[in-house]
Amino acid sequence: MKQNKLSYKVGQFLMFAGPAVVLFAAVVIVPFFYGLYLTFTSWDGVAKTKPFVGFQNYADAFADTAYWDALGRTVVYSVISVVLVNVVAFFLAYLVTSGLKGQNFFRAGFFIPNLIGGIVLGYVWKFVFNRAFVAIGTALTGQEGASLLGTTNGALFALILVSVWQYAGYMMLIYVAGFMGVDDSLKEAALIDGCTNGQAMRNVIIPLMRSSFVQCIFLSTTRCFMVYDLNLSLTKGEPFNTSVMAAMHVYNKAFVYKNYGVGQAEALILFIICAVIGMIQVYVGKKGEVEA
Amino acid sequence: MATQTVRDNSQENRKAVIRQRLAHGGMITALSLLLLAFIWPFFLVLTNAFKSMSDITGEPLSIIGSHGFSLKNFTSAMKKMHFWRVFGNSAVITVSATVLTILVSAMAAYVIVRNPKWTASKLAFSAMVASMVIPFQVLMVPLVSVYGGYLGVLNSRITLILMHVGFSVSLAVFMFHGAIKTNVPVELEEAAEIDGAGKWRTFWTVVFPLLKPTAATVAIIDAMAFWNDYLLPSLVLTNKKLYTIPIATQVFYGTYSTDIGLVMAALLLAMLPILILYLALQRFIVAGVTAGAVKG
Repeated sequence: MKQNKLSYKVGQFLMFAGPAVVLFAAVVIVPFFYGLYLTFTSWDGVAKTKPFVGFQNYADAFADTAYWDALGRTVVYSVISVVLVNVVAFFLAYLVTSGLKGQNFFRAGFFIPNLIGGIVLGYVWKFVFNRAFVAIGTALTGQEGASLLGTTNGALFALILVSVWQYAGYMMLIYVAGFMGVDDSLKEAALIDGCTNGQAMRNVIIPLMRSSFVQCIFLSTTRCFMVYDLNLSLTKGEPFNTSVMAAMHVYNKAFVYKNYGVGQAEALILFIICAVIGMIQVYVGKKGEVEA
Repeated sequence: MATQTVRDNSQENRKAVIRQRLAHGGMITALSLLLLAFIWPFFLVLTNAFKSMSDITGEPLSIIGSHGFSLKNFTSAMKKMHFWRVFGNSAVITVSATVLTILVSAMAAYVIVRNPKWTASKLAFSAMVASMVIPFQVLMVPLVSVYGGYLGVLNSRITLILMHVGFSVSLAVFMFHGAIKTNVPVELEEAAEIDGAGKWRTFWTVVFPLLKPTAATVAIIDAMAFWNDYLLPSLVLTNKKLYTIPIATQVFYGTYSTDIGLVMAALLLAMLPILILYLALQRFIVAGVTAGAVKG
């Protein structure tokens, strides 16, 4: 009887889920909708009033060539990084699941970069690029070398290299879980039926690891697409703002140039892109489930 | 004839074994070289942190500089970045936010799983799952505007802790939701209720202890995320006394970038706590991260 009363239900829900729901709403739901409202105002971050400007911020965002340049650069960086991360990670996972001595040691070792935040990793690599690589270059060519971070393509290359280095170990763990989920007897059966190792990999193991691939590809895509910490510490957008990625552009627009309305509108465009990527992931994941 | 085949076979076998051993040896060598390349950047920081500035500039690749081995960089860097203070801040924030996330998420997941038809359950759960695609960049401006402008509660460790919890409950609730659904039999709870326990006591004495493996996974994922987070803490904490390790490193690099020896020591200090923890808990961390990634 008691359990059907509305007051009982509300009390139970608040007692158990109240703290989580309130905190979640306070930092995600409320700011999300308040942010929507901000895109229609021209707030400078200081003034008490937030003048309503309609769709002006969106028009400004679409006319902001620096934003679209940053977005295009982010897409190039993400596509190259995602492909390389997954190739390296899959290769590493294959090696550390083939029954070698000390394979747990190697798994743990390749994961180390993921323990450390992007800010610190970026500074570590800044030293590697500016000092160690320069010293190696000087020793090899005999003349004083320059840092790769000083050129546009060099900075992009550096961001890709460090991202691949960082995420490969993480994605490797997911592929390792995928490899371990494939029954050994299936591979043996394929080998007995006359498949070569390569054919067994291509036709039996990889199709069975489909969900690992979906997961790794989307996880690395969203991570790369929203890169900020590494961008800030490794290149700081230099040289001449040619290595500014989308997230950094949005941050600068809002907090450095105090153009909060346009910054928020540009952030919202990033959100829409992320949401589309997320929906594709759900769609691709579901489709795989039916086939399997 | 027969003995001939036996000998052939054993020779074949021996060849196969040798081939396999060679392949294994080759793979282990390749992996070892790769791993060395992977950790080479950390090794460079380690060696250079103990060198004088002129040695770092002149010979960044040498293991010990020609001016010898010195701890001077560490004493200065620790003083300048207020190492123990920022370490303490990071530790307090990480531990409190992780514990709170686990407690409030497990509670919320419990009421949602056991009452799936309630409107509030459906609404809360679907909002949390949907919110996982929202990038932080969309929330940072309104967050600063609301909590800095209107409420004026920035520059407080408590605000940061509660925000960390708010951002991480969605994934944690999702993971506890799955664990309760599959691993906690309702019959067990019914037995406790017949014995006179209320829902609250049943949850803490019967359900929560069964969620320990999931709690460990959530703890590892969130503790690493909180410890390493830079953007949110940098927006919330502008008072120097409240800085966490990533912010202190960032500020330090900007201010003392001329003294590269200090920077190397600071970077090493920033990495050391988590690397030491990894040495001790390596197996749990690898397992936790894998479980979290595969479920999340």
